[in-house]
Amino acid sequence: MPPSCDIEGDDSELQARFDARIAAEERIEPKDWMPDAYRRNLIRQMSQHAHSEVIGMQPEGNWISRAPTLKRKAILLAKVQDEAGHGLYLYSATETLGATRESLVDALHEGRAKYASIFNYPSLTWADVGAIGWLVDGAAIVNQISLQRTSYGPYARAMVRICKEESFHQRQGYEIMLALCRGNDAQRAMAQDALNRWWWPSLMMFGPHDAESAHSAQSMQWKLKRQSNDELRQKFVDQSVPQAEFLGIRIPDPKLRLDEATGHYVFGEIDWSEFQRVVSGDGPCNRERLAHHTRAHDDGAWVREATHAYRAKRAVRDRAEVAS
Amino acid sequence: MTTNEMPLYEVFIRSKRGLDHRHVGSLHAEDSAQALEYARDVYTRRGEGVSIWVVKSSDIVASQEADSASFYDPQDDKPYRHATFYKVPDEVSNL
Repeated sequence: MPPSCDIEGDDSELQARFDARIAAEERIEPKDWMPDAYRRNLIRQMSQHAHSEVIGMQPEGNWISRAPTLKRKAILLAKVQDEAGHGLYLYSATETLGATRESLVDALHEGRAKYASIFNYPSLTWADVGAIGWLVDGAAIVNQISLQRTSYGPYARAMVRICKEESFHQRQGYEIMLALCRGNDAQRAMAQDALNRWWWPSLMMFGPHDAESAHSAQSMQWKLKRQSNDELRQKFVDQSVPQAEFLGIRIPDPKLRLDEATGHYVFGEIDWSEFQRVVSGDGPCNRERLAHHTRAHDDGAWVREATHAYRAKRAVRDRAEVAS
Repeated sequence: MTTNEMPLYEVFIRSKRGLDHRHVGSLHAEDSAQALEYARDVYTRRGEGVSIWVVKSSDIVASQEADSASFYDPQDDKPYRHATFYKVPDEVSNL
């Protein structure tokens, strides 16, 4: 029997086995049968996660040459280096689904794939590097801890590795904020200004409300997402408010208050028109981020060509050696 | 006939879905299909795994432990890659 008949004939059976695995909290592995929509959804989500790691290097990279001390510079360099590595883990995990690296990068450059909108905001002062580590990495970690239990094996394992490596990212950011808040009035003002600008975009990182989220319901059903956007956002707010209080800076939300009954913080509504604007390409730095990535990719073309040429040259030499 | 004529294969087993494949040992086989069957027969007699990878040993490129001093930078001068490097007061949680 030709293989194609085999697959078509058993689709419903394969689907049933897939559904049973999801229900039993088993991971789906690369060579397993999976519905096309599950595969497509994963490629979308994982590649956008990968793009976010890579584009996320830009706002922080902006400060590597301007860090206030050699120690801070070395730390920032190590952190940005980690983000590049995390992009690699995620691209590679996405490729286990049959997508090619080239197609993923093309989708980014052509604007067909998104990345975390937060990276479309500029990093204006040194305090922004602190706020990014504390809040942006903090929000990413809340999300990624949840994704350690995602249903696709390679994605879940990449998340475990990434969370482990990222444990220093948030702490270094908070330490920068702490140093500024224990400094002079100008430094405290700088820390407050960074919090003012990064707070709301950080909350937006969790995406639209559950009811309005395009992919949420299906992703929850497939256990690609394990907790909803709103649940994760609440978790982030609950952990961040006491951290801001300790720093002695104020979260820019007049509606923020602790609900004694639930133990959770109540917070104001996100400006969803801003969210939409930035997601659809009109944030402060969207064009700059993409143009920079495209330029870096194009500028690196000669390196890729050189490695191919070297490989070809060695292959010829090896063949000659075998023949002689 | 000796096993020397048969290529050596390295065997990796995934003990449970969600976990990485781990190296468990090696064996000789005529080809990859046979290596897979042999691996099943000799390495998974007690339900050790749900998935097996076999790879020709000659296809594995390995670093040499003897070269580790020059190959790996121990990174002892980069303690800031670890979370414990950063002093955060005890009162602050969830960091």
